[in-house]
Amino acid sequence: MLFGRVHGTAVCTVKIPGIEGIKLLIVQPLNKQLEPIGSLQVAADVVQAGIGDLCVMVRSREAALAMPEITFVPVDLALVGIVDELDVHPHGDFDYILKPGHTHFT
Amino acid sequence: MILGKVVGTVVTTISHPHFDHQRLLVVQPLVAEGDKSDGDFIAVDHSHAGIGDTVLVNREGNGARQVLNLPDGCIISVIIGIVDMVYIAE
Repeated sequence: MLFGRVHGTAVCTVKIPGIEGIKLLIVQPLNKQLEPIGSLQVAADVVQAGIGDLCVMVRSREAALAMPEITFVPVDLALVGIVDELDVHPHGDFDYILKPGHTHFT
Repeated sequence: MILGKVVGTVVTTISHPHFDHQRLLVVQPLVAEGDKSDGDFIAVDHSHAGIGDTVLVNREGNGARQVLNLPDGCIISVIIGIVDMVYIAE
């Protein structure tokens, strides 16, 4: 699951049966510092997000499972939450390297 | 499953019903010395982990559905343990 910022909307009049009535949004995937990763993508929306909202997105088969009624649909990115509050420590705060030998974390 | 460090918390009031009463945490995967760092991701907490904890994360939907007891849950990553110690051969 990852962050995404809503940049716009997409309208499809001709859609595969099963995803009629599902809103499509143009989103930019983001990392934890909210910097863009890759290019813009299209996500199916189930939480009524709007342009400018920071969202939680889910990929792969689970995106289709997030759909309200028919869950066997060709959807691979879905918005599943609107972020109200985000508290992330800066990148240098923790050590992410696994060193050889014993490492105790607690 | 991967090892990761919890680096942040996410609060969403409007979310998919499967995310109700679930804590969302930002996880940064751990990497071996010299390897390029992996991208961070969001995971549902099932182990009462907090910021700074080293955790075991299942990043596969079927395992997540089993852990959270949601047969059609739209959740991929779940924190399934807090790591005490790791040994890597030199």
